[in-house]
Amino acid sequence: MKKFDKERVLLAVAGPVIALAVAFALSAIVLIASGKNPVEPFSVMFEQLSFSDIQVRIINQATLYYIAALAVAIGFRMNLFNIGVDGQYQLAAMMAAIVGAHANLPAALQVPLLLLTAILTGAFWSGIAGVLKVTRGVSEVVATIMLNAIATSVIAYLWLPDVFGVKVGNNNTTGEMYESGWIPGIDLGKSGEIYGLVVLAVLLGIGYWVVLNRTRFGFDLRASGASETAAAASGVDPKRMVLTAMLISGGLAGLAGLPILMGDTHTYSLNFPTGIGFLGIGIALLGRNSPVGIAFAALLWAWLDKASPELDFHGYDKEIAVIMQGLIVLSVVVSYEAVREWGLRRQQRRVGAELAAGHVLGADNNTKEAAGR
Amino acid sequence: MANHDIHLTVRKGTVHALVGENGAGKSTLMKILYGMQKPDEGTIAIDGEQVSFSSPADAIVRGIGMVHQHFMLADNLTVLENVVLGSEKLYGIGGKARRKIKEISERYGLDVHPDLLVEELGVAARQRVEILKVLYRGARTLILDEPTAVLVPQEVDALFANLRELKAEGLSVIFISHKLGEVLSVADDITVIRRGTTVGTAVPAETTPRQLAEMMVGSELPTPETAESTVTDRPVLTVDKLRLVAPGGKAVLDDISFTIHAGEVLGIAGVEGNGQTELVDALIGLRHADSGTIALEGEEITAWATRKRREQGIGYIPEDRHRHGLLLEAPLWENRILGHVTETPNAKGVWLDPKAAQADTRRIVTEYDVRTPGIDVTAASLSGGNQQKLIVGREMSHHPKFLIAAHPTRGVDVGAQAAIWDHIREARREGLAVLLISADLDELIGLSDTLRVIYNGKLVADADPATITPEELGSAMTGAATGHLEHEETPETGKAPESPEDEAR
Repeated sequence: MKKFDKERVLLAVAGPVIALAVAFALSAIVLIASGKNPVEPFSVMFEQLSFSDIQVRIINQATLYYIAALAVAIGFRMNLFNIGVDGQYQLAAMMAAIVGAHANLPAALQVPLLLLTAILTGAFWSGIAGVLKVTRGVSEVVATIMLNAIATSVIAYLWLPDVFGVKVGNNNTTGEMYESGWIPGIDLGKSGEIYGLVVLAVLLGIGYWVVLNRTRFGFDLRASGASETAAAASGVDPKRMVLTAMLISGGLAGLAGLPILMGDTHTYSLNFPTGIGFLGIGIALLGRNSPVGIAFAALLWAWLDKASPELDFHGYDKEIAVIMQGLIVLSVVVSYEAVREWGLRRQQRRVGAELAAGHVLGADNNTKEAAGR
Repeated sequence: MANHDIHLTVRKGTVHALVGENGAGKSTLMKILYGMQKPDEGTIAIDGEQVSFSSPADAIVRGIGMVHQHFMLADNLTVLENVVLGSEKLYGIGGKARRKIKEISERYGLDVHPDLLVEELGVAARQRVEILKVLYRGARTLILDEPTAVLVPQEVDALFANLRELKAEGLSVIFISHKLGEVLSVADDITVIRRGTTVGTAVPAETTPRQLAEMMVGSELPTPETAESTVTDRPVLTVDKLRLVAPGGKAVLDDISFTIHAGEVLGIAGVEGNGQTELVDALIGLRHADSGTIALEGEEITAWATRKRREQGIGYIPEDRHRHGLLLEAPLWENRILGHVTETPNAKGVWLDPKAAQADTRRIVTEYDVRTPGIDVTAASLSGGNQQKLIVGREMSHHPKFLIAAHPTRGVDVGAQAAIWDHIREARREGLAVLLISADLDELIGLSDTLRVIYNGKLVADADPATITPEELGSAMTGAATGHLEHEETPETGKAPESPEDEAR
């Protein structure tokens, strides 16, 4: 039995490793094709890893990516594609910023209030898509894309000076939040500060794993993702599950912007990072929807982001990193599917071989089996 | 083994019907003839020349074309586009192809218009497009897989007229069906398949539907016999005037009423597609009745959701274990949890209890003889029989009051079949009520205490399994007999006349 455990780990690692190798190789080909040195950009970027200020920036960026990718992943686990994480986190961050700029409670209440505001805003926004799907059969992909566009307009409206906007120079902001809603970072001196909410990201990752793997609800959710028909026959209410998953996904998405909002910017302005929801899709894919895998993927993405600007100083274009991110997503999709099918076939063969060899559970090796556990 | 010792000879310019029960091996045979599956032994010859197909493309080159039961057409393309799709090299995609389509259509009276969108066509017209598609590719032998299953009677007549055109032009048609009346009206030759092998041929002019039914179901004595009756007078499941309407407004279940008592197995006989699936769905809660009631031990459960029904003691062995019974890519122990996630030993409160579930999976694997090297392998790596034993073990482990067993031994080898029968019998002795649906009439007669026949969504006949024969049951399944089926010693109206060999029984 242990053999099959080991095999699963091997298969889980094989997919990303193959994908990354292919992506690196293809990026090198792109470099060669444009007449550049195919190795140096990578060594430049690797070198960046050794600088502590870059490390801090990578971790901070990865924190945002991580939460956004978890939001996408929970949808993926039940075959829902919440493409609207982008709109959900931006709108949620803005609502939290607005509440934070107008309510001034003690920190012990203010922080939960802001977190709750963000969760509810995100869940509300994704919930619209969820309700449309279960009542009208509207594809959540289409609905969430549309909601992204609407979110952008809502944000623009809220920025108007006679709504909640505060003009700072040429910038639209929502005004500075009260300090009770600020979350102090982990100070590393000259290297900078790590967002305090990195702790939240870690907790969310643990919670994600526990809920999915150790609760009845998580089992139902995974069953729905693995086989809608089998899940329905097992007693899962498919509509309620779709709606619940969309709400959780949106709630998580709502938190994605908070580490930077509450730890650094303290206002929602034009400079607030955008596009994190879309990057989260690629990161969730690369991380195979597993909380540990997503953590590695988020760090990799953040590294490509934060190390690439240096390329400009060495005569390369920093867009290489973007090309690379795209190539990773492409190769991930191909290699995961290939590895999955190969693994299934291989296991079928091996089970056949084991049975032929008389290794049957419950036969004479029963005691060994129990001892091996 | 799905097929063995198959002998089939199709003469040129004839319609050759292949009949057999569901699961008899017709589909496998067709897959082999069409190159979708390779035979382990034996040969296929066309016009005396031995051939071997490694893909449908090979079969098409040799002039064999298949019209599938489920149409393979793109709705939002025109007929022309659908026909040329994949065969653009033959006559191009423009005027030449259009002329060819019109020519074929006129020659065989198919009435196909190349420029209509497929989504505008009805079922019968789509079927004709499928036939034309095959002819367009140069087929001289057509395989039609249950072509009448989707048609209303007038459309069936029209289809048969088309088939006669085809054979008049020297083409051969292999016609798969289990509707005996149709087979006898259209076929020139009939080959009967049972349990994966050809058991005989028949000439339509000299055969009655009854004789054909006998050949189809075989005349061996049933093996899965229940020795002593354990039926009590305590009703467990009571269904009253259940009615279920399909989206189109047609009643797929109508006026279904029955009671199953503790210790009773109620067998439902019927040709597939007469409402069995819908009945099971209504009982497990995947569909909700449009009218009528279902009661479990006196308590009305009509409005209960699936999960509540399962928690309250309804066990479910689904007809299609891959779609409804298993998570194929999940390990066995997670499959043991499926359907019982809220019950011990799988859960404590809202939390899963993987340790206990794993331990219990090991117990099921041992007790139900599921052949597997471990409980961490995926369900997909087990054979069908072992998957089924796992499902039976899982459902029995929760001591259901009422068990829905839909084709419990379909696709299962003989050994596993006997084991599954034993488990059902044992649970029945302990007071389980069972609804048994099966295409295997021997299984039905052998296991059931009471038999009902479903036809067109209605329970049209009932019979005593102690005296009924598969042949007699078979005729009721085709709608030829209704009411209470008596064995021939006390014949009743509405029942086909007895043939001499029944006297010997």
